[in-house]
Amino acid sequence: MIPLQAVAIGLVAAAGLAVVLTRDLVRLALLSSAFGLTLVVFFLVLQAPDVALSELVVGTIGIPFVVAVAIALDRSK
Amino acid sequence: MSRRSRLGLFAASAAGLGALLLWAVAGLPDFGHYRGPYGYLLNRAAPSERHVSNVVSATVFDYRGFDTLGEELILFSAAMGVALLLRDAREESARPGHAERSDAVRLVGLAFVPVLLVLGLVVVAHGYITPGGGFQGGVLVAGAFALVWLAGEYHAFRRLTPTPAVDFVKGTGAGGYAVTGVAAMLLGGAFLHNFLPLGTAGTLASGGTIPVLNLASALEVAAAFVLIFTEFVEELAAVRLGGDG
Repeated sequence: MIPLQAVAIGLVAAAGLAVVLTRDLVRLALLSSAFGLTLVVFFLVLQAPDVALSELVVGTIGIPFVVAVAIALDRSK
Repeated sequence: MSRRSRLGLFAASAAGLGALLLWAVAGLPDFGHYRGPYGYLLNRAAPSERHVSNVVSATVFDYRGFDTLGEELILFSAAMGVALLLRDAREESARPGHAERSDAVRLVGLAFVPVLLVLGLVVVAHGYITPGGGFQGGVLVAGAFALVWLAGEYHAFRRLTPTPAVDFVKGTGAGGYAVTGVAAMLLGGAFLHNFLPLGTAGTLASGGTIPVLNLASALEVAAAFVLIFTEFVEELAAVRLGGDG
């Protein structure tokens, strides 16, 4: 494993831990998006650009949108 | 169960799970030394056999095209399920007014709509040449529509995505994929067999039926995501109207 890959894996682990430990919903939405971005970097470092693109669109468009609407729904009730 | 015995039970099962995981990891191939011959084989064969420069696309829309049909139908059913569950529980007459957004959010949001839309179309169109394809590009296009709503333009969002049109595009994508497969059978090949001229690798006219299936899945994915976004937005609008009163 080259150092760049080790750094990328470390970032994924740190971001994943941060997501698990966060309780505030808005922070959670932002952090899970950032977690998705660390996965994108990880896949790119491993030379898997197609998977990186899929993770990018799901992690930065799909999930944040659904979470944002869920938070808004929760506040409207 | 007392706290003590629960902790003991947790410690025992965590130790067991940890040991099993370590055992499994020890049996994995070394990092970077993947043992499957299939990937290496396709990397060598696909460019000359299918005239595409993105082997992932050749795998997804040709060698493993049947799996992708199943995945498309999963997304199709998931979006249908969301629509069925949410539409039924909502009063259709509810229509909200403009949401309050700051000028900065509206300006930046709307400025990024065309950027996201063009990026999505580029990713779809070049899916079999460079990394990308129908799924990734389709979500990007759907994201452009979602951005219209996020920028505070609820009415513009609903005018841009009338439900009958979204349903039609979604059905065309899923159906077009299956019809392409059946067309191959009518021409005497197997289901989803590549039957169009293969063209020149590295150009838009390459890959035979791969661009057709790529476009079909882009339509299906974009429409399915727009449909899911729309249902969520409508649900939120209905709750906001019905709330307080």
